[in-house]
Amino acid sequence: MDIPYTVNNRPDTGLYNAKLGMWLFLASEVMLFGGLFSAYIFLRLGADDGMWPHQILDVKPAFINTMILIISSVTIVQSWAAVKMGNLKKFKLYMGMTILLASAFVGIKSYEYYTKVHHYGLITNTRIQVTGYLDQDKTNDQVVAIIPDKHQAFESGKKFMETKLEAGAVSAGHHEPILFQRSDLVWFSNFMPRYNTFFAIYFTMTALHALHVIGAIVVLAYFWGPGSKMFHTNRAQFANRIEVVGLFWHFVELVWIFLFPVLYLL
Amino acid sequence: METNINHSNAHTSHDDQGHHEHQELKFWQKYIFSVDHKVIGIQYAITALLFLLLGFALMGYMRYQLAYPDTAAPYGFGKALTALVGQEMAPDGKMSGALYNSFGAMHGTIMVFLAIVPLAVGAFGNFVVPLQVGAGDMAFPKLNAASYWTYLPGGVIMLISFFVPGGAAKSGWTSYAPLSVISDHGPAFHPIMNGQTLWLIGMTVLIFSSLLGSVNMIVTIVQLRAKGLTWMRLPYFVWAQFVTAFLLLLAFPPLQAAGVMQLMDRIAGTSFFMPTGLVVNGQIWDHSGGGSPLLWQHLFWFLAHPEVYVLILPALGIVAEVVSNNTRKPIWGYKSMVYATLFLGVVSFTVWAHHMYLTGMGTKVSSFFQTTTIIISIPSVIILSCLVISLYGGSIRFNTPMLFAVAFMPMFGLGGLTGIPLAFNATNIVLHDTYYVIGHFHYIVAPGTIFAMFAGIYYWYPKATGRKMSEFLGKLHFWPSLILMNGIFMPMFFQGLAGVHRRWHTGGVVNGEALFEVTKHALHWNSFMSWSAWLLAVAQIPFIINFFWAWKRGEKVGDNPWEATTLEWNTPTPPPHGNFLKEPIVYRGPYEYSVPGEDKDFTPSWEEPKKSKTDLVNL
Repeated sequence: MDIPYTVNNRPDTGLYNAKLGMWLFLASEVMLFGGLFSAYIFLRLGADDGMWPHQILDVKPAFINTMILIISSVTIVQSWAAVKMGNLKKFKLYMGMTILLASAFVGIKSYEYYTKVHHYGLITNTRIQVTGYLDQDKTNDQVVAIIPDKHQAFESGKKFMETKLEAGAVSAGHHEPILFQRSDLVWFSNFMPRYNTFFAIYFTMTALHALHVIGAIVVLAYFWGPGSKMFHTNRAQFANRIEVVGLFWHFVELVWIFLFPVLYLL
Repeated sequence: METNINHSNAHTSHDDQGHHEHQELKFWQKYIFSVDHKVIGIQYAITALLFLLLGFALMGYMRYQLAYPDTAAPYGFGKALTALVGQEMAPDGKMSGALYNSFGAMHGTIMVFLAIVPLAVGAFGNFVVPLQVGAGDMAFPKLNAASYWTYLPGGVIMLISFFVPGGAAKSGWTSYAPLSVISDHGPAFHPIMNGQTLWLIGMTVLIFSSLLGSVNMIVTIVQLRAKGLTWMRLPYFVWAQFVTAFLLLLAFPPLQAAGVMQLMDRIAGTSFFMPTGLVVNGQIWDHSGGGSPLLWQHLFWFLAHPEVYVLILPALGIVAEVVSNNTRKPIWGYKSMVYATLFLGVVSFTVWAHHMYLTGMGTKVSSFFQTTTIIISIPSVIILSCLVISLYGGSIRFNTPMLFAVAFMPMFGLGGLTGIPLAFNATNIVLHDTYYVIGHFHYIVAPGTIFAMFAGIYYWYPKATGRKMSEFLGKLHFWPSLILMNGIFMPMFFQGLAGVHRRWHTGGVVNGEALFEVTKHALHWNSFMSWSAWLLAVAQIPFIINFFWAWKRGEKVGDNPWEATTLEWNTPTPPPHGNFLKEPIVYRGPYEYSVPGEDKDFTPSWEEPKKSKTDLVNL
């Protein structure tokens, strides 16, 4: 016996197999990201007063990324519609655009990660805390050179040291690097996951999301390239495939729509 | 729906994706990388049974340590232990505390994630569900194979972890943080190849496998039901697998998330589960702090409580099939059982924190979870009551599957009833860290679920192989197992009520002296339970012989040896690739036994009605 409803809908459920499969998979994905969002809420509620950084991340690249994903949600629907209308050229155009947009998203995200590698926070033994970008030329074995951030409203992760930020210790808008002796520092780290629980959850969630985007790019590229042969052999099933991968892509966008305000704006 | 009259050889590919048909399937295509749900089911069954044996063997060593603390096991068992895990973990054949912890953690992990769930869902679900819904295969055959081939590496990773420096994970099958984060950590350990990290990686792989399997199961049940097989005509086993698949689908991902976070804590040095100012061995742990150990517990139990129903629902499904077949009656209260199962599935997501009464999460939270926990006992009681009432007035055939199914009921009942004191906050606090809890859930899983699994193996073996397992060996397997299971787990209640702690690795005795006066009088049970456990291992020998002997030598049987009514008995035996010779049509409910006026005591659901056409509604 052959497996039925691989292409056509089952009359009483109104679904073909792969579409139901994808919806179920997405339900499971909701629970996966739901677990992480719950962890975010749990950690944020549990943080001591003033220990959770607000709006520490640069909104601009994230906003551009949000726009990119919103545009790509249109292009992927267009590519599906093109298959339905039997226009392979148009399909290739819109699918290609979707792939480029998704790749641009990953590129901008990588840039954001890269800036965090050189973004540091430190605490001196006189309880002064400074965050800023590392001046690599002036930093050596003895000295750490930091170009301070304009807004120094950010607490370090090393909570148990009872550091209090001494406001005004660093003048805002300072463009020259400040030099610190390494021996004077009690805590010195870049903004990597281990810095504090905010960066931990930021990197975990966005990296998991980025993995989803990369996975989607692989699948979309397959349908754009070798997979598109099916357009000629079995167009109905090919349209189904684009519809199903489109569902996944919309979900990936939707996750970002939640991630953006939660991590960048709140 | 396309009707495809098919043939009993394996030549036709059911593959829907336009591939060419295989003319000759090679051995590895047919039995190793097969996409046939029956072969995959059997692969799952054999792998899971081997893991079951391994989990049991770990426990055999632990029971030796409890009965005869700090002595080497005789007859070369001690030497074998040292040879396997090394002198450091097992000095001169004696079990170290770390090894005891490691075996305890891995016993739980292996039994739950590598043995029982793959057996209940991977093996029985895969083999039986497509047959019972009248489908040619699972909805996504390749995904099905992928599910097995992700499960196996997950298991292999867990096995490898026994042999890395420091041994396998030691923080319990629950891997509570911060203990699990700081264990196997430091210069003596490899950053990846250490017990706890491998445990996390192995779990991540296993969760992928379960995700693939559960999506497939639900789509198969929803989309591939045969003509006339309406929802309320589904065998109860299919319903049980349906709800189970939903639990796996939705409950596992939060543990996936938690596993990733714990990996980050261990590898990237984050503090998801590490509180501020944690002191380890007199030194402040080098981390940022701000995390929460309770978060791990919430995420873990959000999976692990629905997981309990993953362990039990397929078992209830098997018991329902076997009971109905062997009482020659419809199961009593079919609809109540279905609705109870659905209700149970939903509520099982709201009870997880009853595992956490001792954490000090607050009385209001505790009261909420206490209430939901008591509510969830209602559907369980409905299902079990229906099964027990089904026996009433039946002319029961006590063959081996039926013996296991009948024994399941009081054993599961005992496990369930002893859970009620644990559901209440006040009593839980006293009992939680004692052997009482161990006794409670083992009654549900060991003489409960495992007995149901045995019932299922004896019941569907003829369909899988065309031969029956020996009744004599089956009974030789059943009776000692029943007695010895109780020999192991009943004294756990006595010990627990006496206050024997569940994590003492020397059984509450140090240098021949009882640790605490109050538990002294309960410790003599240790050796009794251990002997029961080892004899239980001996009692499995008839099963192992039976399983392999019957494969080639068992009594040959026809397509429907149990005179059953459900669709899986409408196929050739063993079923060919594609299962049914012609597309089955279902005319009635699943358990039409002893219908008045019929000429035989079972009316298969696929038989066309002779007298009236009124049954043909819903076609």
